[in-house]
Amino acid sequence: MNNKVKILTNGILRENPIFVLLLGMCPTLGTTSSAINGLGMGLATTFVLICTNTVISALKNLIPDQVRIPAYIVVIATFVTVLQMCMEAYVPSLYASLGIFIPLIVVNCVILGRAEAFAAKKSVFSSTLDGIGMGLGFTLALTLLGAIRELLGTGKLFSFTLVPEEYGALIFVLAPGAFIALGYLIALVNKIRKV
Amino acid sequence: MNLYVSPSPHIHGGDSVSKNMYGVLIALVPAFLVSLYFFGVGALVVTLVSVVSCMLFEFLIQKFLMKKEPTLWDGSALLTGLLLAFNLPSNLPVWIIVIGALAAIGIGKMSFGGLGNNIFNPALVGRVFLLISFPAQMTTWPVPEVMSMNYTDVETGATILTMLKSGSGDLPTYTQMLIGERGGSLGEIGAIALLLGLIFMWVRRIISWHIPVSILATVFLFTGILHAVNPAEYANPVVHLLSGGLLLGAIFMATDYVTSPMSKKGMLIYGVGIGLLTTVIRLFGSYPEGMSFAILIMNAFTPLINSYVKPKHFGGK
Amino acid sequence: MAKLKSTLPNMLLSLTIICVCAAGILATVNQQTSGPIALSKAAALENAIKEVTPDFDNSPLAEAYKAVTSDGDSLLIYPATKGGQSVGVAVESFTMNGFSGEIRVIVGFDADGKLLNYSVLQHAETPGLGSKMQEWFRTDKNKQSVIGRSLADGNLSVTKDGGNVDAITASTITSRAFLQTINRAYSAYRGTDAATGATSATTDATTEATEATETTEEGGENE
Repeated sequence: MNNKVKILTNGILRENPIFVLLLGMCPTLGTTSSAINGLGMGLATTFVLICTNTVISALKNLIPDQVRIPAYIVVIATFVTVLQMCMEAYVPSLYASLGIFIPLIVVNCVILGRAEAFAAKKSVFSSTLDGIGMGLGFTLALTLLGAIRELLGTGKLFSFTLVPEEYGALIFVLAPGAFIALGYLIALVNKIRKV
Repeated sequence: MNLYVSPSPHIHGGDSVSKNMYGVLIALVPAFLVSLYFFGVGALVVTLVSVVSCMLFEFLIQKFLMKKEPTLWDGSALLTGLLLAFNLPSNLPVWIIVIGALAAIGIGKMSFGGLGNNIFNPALVGRVFLLISFPAQMTTWPVPEVMSMNYTDVETGATILTMLKSGSGDLPTYTQMLIGERGGSLGEIGAIALLLGLIFMWVRRIISWHIPVSILATVFLFTGILHAVNPAEYANPVVHLLSGGLLLGAIFMATDYVTSPMSKKGMLIYGVGIGLLTTVIRLFGSYPEGMSFAILIMNAFTPLINSYVKPKHFGGK
Repeated sequence: MAKLKSTLPNMLLSLTIICVCAAGILATVNQQTSGPIALSKAAALENAIKEVTPDFDNSPLAEAYKAVTSDGDSLLIYPATKGGQSVGVAVESFTMNGFSGEIRVIVGFDADGKLLNYSVLQHAETPGLGSKMQEWFRTDKNKQSVIGRSLADGNLSVTKDGGNVDAITASTITSRAFLQTINRAYSAYRGTDAATGATSATTDATTEATEATETTEEGGENE
């Protein structure tokens, strides 16, 4: 049981997909212009990650080794498309703000990486736990980055104004600010992990 | 009897970090006097705030974050502060300057490990950080008003390059450009004063001719060819040389020791690159001025240039 | 169960089964969501129309028609009527000349060509600069606001180009593009009127002015 808890918590700090594994940088830098966008993208990815980890782990013996990558991609793409259609139908505003990055979850390294490195080898239950843990770590990192960028860039947090907007440094809403903020966050996490 | 020969060099040349830094500071004095004359109190306030906050951030970061002995008096933070101020409009509010100083010293310099390790020119990192963060404040330039006593509430107008981009407004005369009676950031306006600084640094051998001359020649040639082909669309190359931050950048920003190549050939490649990028951004980009972006981009290429174009060993062929 | 060997029949079979299952799932979800997606899109558009036109009691979406602008594009026009009486129109207009590509705007006019309101449907302008257009051009300050202006007097253009609307600070390109969408919307709206014979005099003037604004698409977004 201890083992299972460890799998679950692994993704949150010790093997955080963003801060430690540095996987899935494209949506990380692209979608975190606000905390709510980061959270939305994180949850969307978590959903896909849990589903694909579970399904791939269940199917692992039915998929011959030489065609495993195309098979994984089909599974991942299916879940992403399902998610995209559901979001467009039921949460159109979030869908509009995440835009192109939803279909791009397909090529997010975190998902294929976990399928290949974990789900293809471990039991279904462990894979689901790993999906939840990694997804939460991803969501946490994206929300944190989004919150920092939103606060520094616009003076708001979850669209709630803390500092008048004219004091925000616009660069943090734009791409260069994403790199700067991510760089300092990784430095900080490295510092914490070493202690 | 044993003879011990220590590795060369055997005689200290008398050069030191602070000696060169203070040499550059002296070279900047004429340009500073010009900006004091044309922008008055604003130029003084912006410069003081920038210098003091750069030195303060350098001290605080070295003392408390890096836990090192602060090297505050080698003049490098002072120079960064001064160059940052020279790249700002003279009516910029104090809090924005302080943020710029934090970006210059914190992000541009100390994040890489301090003086000697930074990839990008810290003052330019500060300026570009502010330009992207506060585009409205960073693109309203005060018009010259001799010995003005106003700080933030001055009359603003277009720079030469924005006039060229938008195709409206009356360009200043060449005499005005040479003495510095034009809108712009506080250090870039006085062409003669900047050239005086260049001559001083040549005489004192603080910098060689390679970088400034290759930048200026490239811009002159490139804009000259375009002007010859289509004078209605592209401005006179002399206007391009005298406008914007070209002289300030070519003389004082691109020549920073840490972020420019070591070999003479490397310096020429670097200078031509800056000249080409600046012209391309000015003429075809959406920003009217491309000097700071061009220098930062070529800063990023400096390690590559250094590894391909190695300086000769002392005495080597 | 042992892992399947990588033989050709096994590989074909495995991939085929996975693809067929995937196709089945997607078809089902598509069927389930296509209705709500269309509804939410229509609702969003209807809200935008409501925002820019006076109170109406017809269904502008059902009565929408296409109209040609002076420069040859066709835009959708949603007429708003109350008790059979026309109270105005909403025009869905766009331009590709934004700082980062397409800008889609819905603009409401009353019968005299006075601009009632506008709403930005879609854009990719720089956050904090061009993205201010949703608020900027309705703020009643200096010559910022375009609300209540009559385009029958001529096209809108930014003061930098000799016009009468203040551009967003440091975002001249976005401002020009935005005003272009409005001018195009008006030209489409008037163009159809001209066809029915209501006004024809303004159309030529609009054409010239639209062309004039389109040739001035250079200029700095900011320093």
